[in-house]
Amino acid sequence: MTITTIAGHDVHVDVEGFLTSYDEWDEELAYALAAQIGLGLTPRHLSVLQFLRADFSEHGETATLRRVTAGTGVPTRELFALFPVKPAKKMAYVAGLPKPRGCV
Amino acid sequence: MSRASDAAPSSGRPGPRRLVVLGAGTAGTMLANRMARRLDDDWEITVVEPAAAHHYQPGYLLLPFGGYRPGQLQRPVADCLDARARLVCREVDHVAAADHQVVLTDGGQLPYDYLVVATGVTPRPDQVPGLLDDRVWRSSAHEFYTLDGALALRTALEQFQGGRVLVHVAEMPIKCPVAPLELTFLLDDRFRRLGHRGDLHLTYVTPLSGAFTKPVASERLGGMLAARGIDLETDFVVDRVDPEARTLLSYDGRELPFDLLVTVPPNLGADFVARSRLGDELNLVPVDPGTFLAKGHDDVFAIGDACDIPTSKAGSVAHFTIDVFVENFLEHVAGRPMTHAFDGHANCFVESGAGKALLLDFNYDTQPLPGTYPLPRLGPFHLLEETRVNHWGKLAFRWAYWNVLLPGRPLPLPSHMSMAGKQPEKAEA
Repeated sequence: MTITTIAGHDVHVDVEGFLTSYDEWDEELAYALAAQIGLGLTPRHLSVLQFLRADFSEHGETATLRRVTAGTGVPTRELFALFPVKPAKKMAYVAGLPKPRGCV
Repeated sequence: MSRASDAAPSSGRPGPRRLVVLGAGTAGTMLANRMARRLDDDWEITVVEPAAAHHYQPGYLLLPFGGYRPGQLQRPVADCLDARARLVCREVDHVAAADHQVVLTDGGQLPYDYLVVATGVTPRPDQVPGLLDDRVWRSSAHEFYTLDGALALRTALEQFQGGRVLVHVAEMPIKCPVAPLELTFLLDDRFRRLGHRGDLHLTYVTPLSGAFTKPVASERLGGMLAARGIDLETDFVVDRVDPEARTLLSYDGRELPFDLLVTVPPNLGADFVARSRLGDELNLVPVDPGTFLAKGHDDVFAIGDACDIPTSKAGSVAHFTIDVFVENFLEHVAGRPMTHAFDGHANCFVESGAGKALLLDFNYDTQPLPGTYPLPRLGPFHLLEETRVNHWGKLAFRWAYWNVLLPGRPLPLPSHMSMAGKQPEKAEA
C-alpha cells in the first residue's frame, strides 16, 4: 500500500491504484480519478457513483453490475457506455472502492 | 413439566413449536433430517417441496458423457425425509414474515415459529436474450444443470461431429462453480479418446478475469486449459445470443460464433423470495455469514444456495453448514446467543478427464491451496493436483450422498476447514 497525490489529495492506494482508505474519497477526487482513466464525469456517472458509495457503506463490498442496474435503473448497456470496456472495475476505481471481488 | 410449558420460552402459544423448512434439496433435506433427531417432541417439522423427486445434481456433469442412467440420480422426495418431517407438496406463493406464516399458491397457510429458506438457485436461460429461441435452444445451445438439459446435451454430443464449441458462464455466482470447467475438460477428453480432438475448437468463456476466482486455483486451472489447447475468453459480460448467426455477443462488442454452445445461465433464487421481499437482486436471502439468520429477522434463516454467503454455492458448503447451524439453532430457540460461527468451508472435486480429478478445499479466508486432504501427507486426496484417487473419491461420493449426507448422519470430516495438510509454500513455487 502506498500514498499518492491525486489532484492535491494524499490518498492510500493499492498496486493497481484503487483507493484503500474509502473515507478519503469525495466527489472532487472522483473527477480526478476519472480523468486518470480518460473519463469525463456527467450527472449520470455521478448518480451511479453515489449508488456505489451508499451501497458499499451498507454492505461492505462493491456492487456487481446486476446490483447497480437493479439499484439505479441504469441498464447494463448504458453502464458499458458510461464506463467503457470494463465497467465494474472502472466504476469501483472512480468511486474509490475495492475492485469487485470475483464471486466464489 | 408439561409440554405446553416446555414450548413456552419464545412462542408464548400453547401447542407444539413449528419449524417450517422451504425446499427439500440438499440443504433442506439434510437439515430436516438432522432436526428430526435433535428436536424434542414439542416440535413439529414441516417441509414444503413441490417437486416429486430429489435429484443428485453432481451427476448431471457425467450424464452427457454416458456416465449415469437417469434413475441413479433421483429418488422420491418423501423417501429422503425422516418420517417425523411432514412433507407438503405445494408451491410457495410468498412468506408473510410479519405474520409469521408461509402462504401457498393454493391459498393454504403454514404458520411458523421458525422458518428456514432452503430453496436454492435455479439456472434461468430466460435471462439471456435469444438463448431460448427455437432455432438454437436444446439443439445447438444447451445447459447441463437440469436433468432434461443434461440429457439433451448427451443426445447432442452423440451426434456432434466437431466444430466450434463454447463452454460459457453467464454471470457469477453459479452453483458448483467448477462444473463448467470440468465439462470443458471432459469434452476435451472425449474428443481425444475418439481421435477427433483436431476437429474441435474449444473455448471457455467467463465473466471473470481468469479461469477461476481464487488466485492459486485460477492459475492452476488456467494452466490446465492452456495445456489442453483450450482457448480462454475472459471478462465476457454476455449481452445476448444471436440465434440466426449462432453467435454469443458481449456488451463490449465481442462476437463468438458457435456450432455448439454449452452455457450456464444466470442462477437466481426462487421467485417467491422476491415476492416476499426477502431477497437481493439475485433473489438470494441476505444472512449473517456465521449464523445464517436472515438480516432484519429473528425467526427466518436461509441456508444452502438460497442465501448470500460469500462462498461457493455447493452441496459441500450446505453439508459443512449443518453441524454449525443445528447447534446455533438450538441455542437461538432457547433464547441464548448463537455461539458457533460458520467459516465458509467448501470442498469440491474437479474432474479433469482421463479418469483423474483435482480436489479444492477452502473457506471465507483461505483460498484453495496445494497439499493433501483430509490427513497431512497421507491424504488420500491430493489438493489442486490431478490424481486417480481424487476421481474415485468423486464417484464414491454419490453413495455417501444418498446414504450418509442426506439422512443427516455424521461424515468423519470436520465442519471447519483445517490448515493441516495444506502447503501454502508450494503455491508460491
